[in-house]
Amino acid sequence: MTLELAADQGTRITPQDVAHSPLAIRGLTVSYGQKPAVFSVDMTVQPGAMTAIIGPNGAGKSTLLKAALGIVKPLSGQVTVYGKPLDDSRARIAYVPQRASVDWDFPTRVIDVVLMGLYRELGLLGRVRARHIAKAMDCLNRVGMHDFADRQIGQLSGGQQQRVFLARALAQDADLYLLDEPFAGVDAATEKAIIAVLKSLKQAGKTVVVVHHDLATVTDYFDHVFLINTRKVAEGPVDEAFTAETLQATYGGRLATAQIDQISRALG
Amino acid sequence: MSGEEFVSLSLTPLLIGIFAAVACALPGNFLVLRKQALIGDAISHVVLPGIVVAFLLTGMIATWPMMLGAAGAAILAVILIESVRRLGRIEPGAAMGVVFTTMFAGGVLLLEQTDTSTVHLDVEHALYGNLESLIWLDATGWASLLDPQALAGLPAELPRMALTMCVVILFTWALWRPLKISTFDEGYARTIGIRTNLLGLMLVMMAAIAAVAAFDAVGSIIVIAMFICPPAAARMMTNRLERQVAWSVAFAVASAVSGYVLAGYGPLWLGAQDAVSAAGMIATMSGIILALAALFGPCRTRTGAPGQA
Repeated sequence: MTLELAADQGTRITPQDVAHSPLAIRGLTVSYGQKPAVFSVDMTVQPGAMTAIIGPNGAGKSTLLKAALGIVKPLSGQVTVYGKPLDDSRARIAYVPQRASVDWDFPTRVIDVVLMGLYRELGLLGRVRARHIAKAMDCLNRVGMHDFADRQIGQLSGGQQQRVFLARALAQDADLYLLDEPFAGVDAATEKAIIAVLKSLKQAGKTVVVVHHDLATVTDYFDHVFLINTRKVAEGPVDEAFTAETLQATYGGRLATAQIDQISRALG
Repeated sequence: MSGEEFVSLSLTPLLIGIFAAVACALPGNFLVLRKQALIGDAISHVVLPGIVVAFLLTGMIATWPMMLGAAGAAILAVILIESVRRLGRIEPGAAMGVVFTTMFAGGVLLLEQTDTSTVHLDVEHALYGNLESLIWLDATGWASLLDPQALAGLPAELPRMALTMCVVILFTWALWRPLKISTFDEGYARTIGIRTNLLGLMLVMMAAIAAVAAFDAVGSIIVIAMFICPPAAARMMTNRLERQVAWSVAFAVASAVSGYVLAGYGPLWLGAQDAVSAAGMIATMSGIILALAALFGPCRTRTGAPGQA
């Protein structure tokens, strides 16, 4: 753990270093109606790190991710990916949406969903060849779903669906992985499988950003945190930014004092 | 029926019916999966003000100005529906309802207020078309298919509907992959660089083109039925989009052929005197196919095929 931290600190970039950040957000404001969901947020994602985006329900965590990806249109703000505009860096980003955001009754098989991850490679009319199938199967293998390739996606459990979404992102061979609540409502085996894949991505030098809701696992899973409640509350390495004070500031009265005590004890 | 009678009286309406059914069923697959199936209904309603405006501008009842007017109204409706949906942040069904009833009402008012009493804009014609009248009088038998002089006498609806179907097939084939990805997961599609707004608009435009061409030839009842029934029935036959689209085309053709034949001969077989409307019968057959698929299709439960879950 100390070795890992030391390595991280060696490559740590300053919050001003937009050119070297996998994802740098400046002054981002997003609104769905009268009230902003995300207000004037700056974020500088550390390269090669695993970052958790944390905050209460409705704090704008998913919206921040969606705006960073151009899925929702922000009112204002800039997003750069590896120092370039978003549209020039699409090939380097892989996104795992919330499982509940799609209709799983859609008529398609598991392998077809993973092949969607190869869209940029295949183009409009490129033929799906044996090597593409092999690559998709390899990605399914990495999430432990290779036996389910021919299943209709509606027949999978929630955890299995989540793993298929992760396999689709793996097929993209990206450098930056953005996941929206990948552990929400999944079984323990799936959570373990997903975190193992994410750690292997980090080991391979990739950057991982996860919208996360389980405060108890933050210190185990992540090395950086980004705390948000419409506005940014804190950003930094877990041992600096994930404290009783920042949590209180993020959750306010919504987080029981007992919970904060428990977390601060876990943090030492 | 002899070859001569068949070619001159039945071949062209049958082909026009098939082309119209397929042209509507193909985009219908994506519209049904996107829960936008009512767009076909919407388009066939907004065609009325388009036709009235085209008549007022040109002062004549001719096919091309009316088709252009209808297409213009359909495109305007699509843009209005999207604007109402995005600006008003309301669900697509409500946006469609607001736009198509308003435009239809506008068409009725326009018709009342202006001097169009001399024009015969027939409600029945708009609903059922007149498929049976699209006959090929110059045909004398199968040999006419190779006779340039006889071919020149083909009803104009036939090449127009054939071209429309080809354009729809080409669109579906060329944009298959992005259509499939964005229909399943629009947010993800955007992150891999698919321009989902443009694609969604193109899909609806393609549906509008098919609807307007088919409306002119066969009436709106077939348009509404073919956008929904064959794709919905096909969904219950398979769990793969590729096969669903193939099934929907098969069901569309089956509805057109069986509906046309039954309309012509069904009443005679039952001892009645007259034939019934082919368009009405084709729509009815598509509904019967949907009912059969709902009762006996292998994939009709929402969790997928039986025995594998």
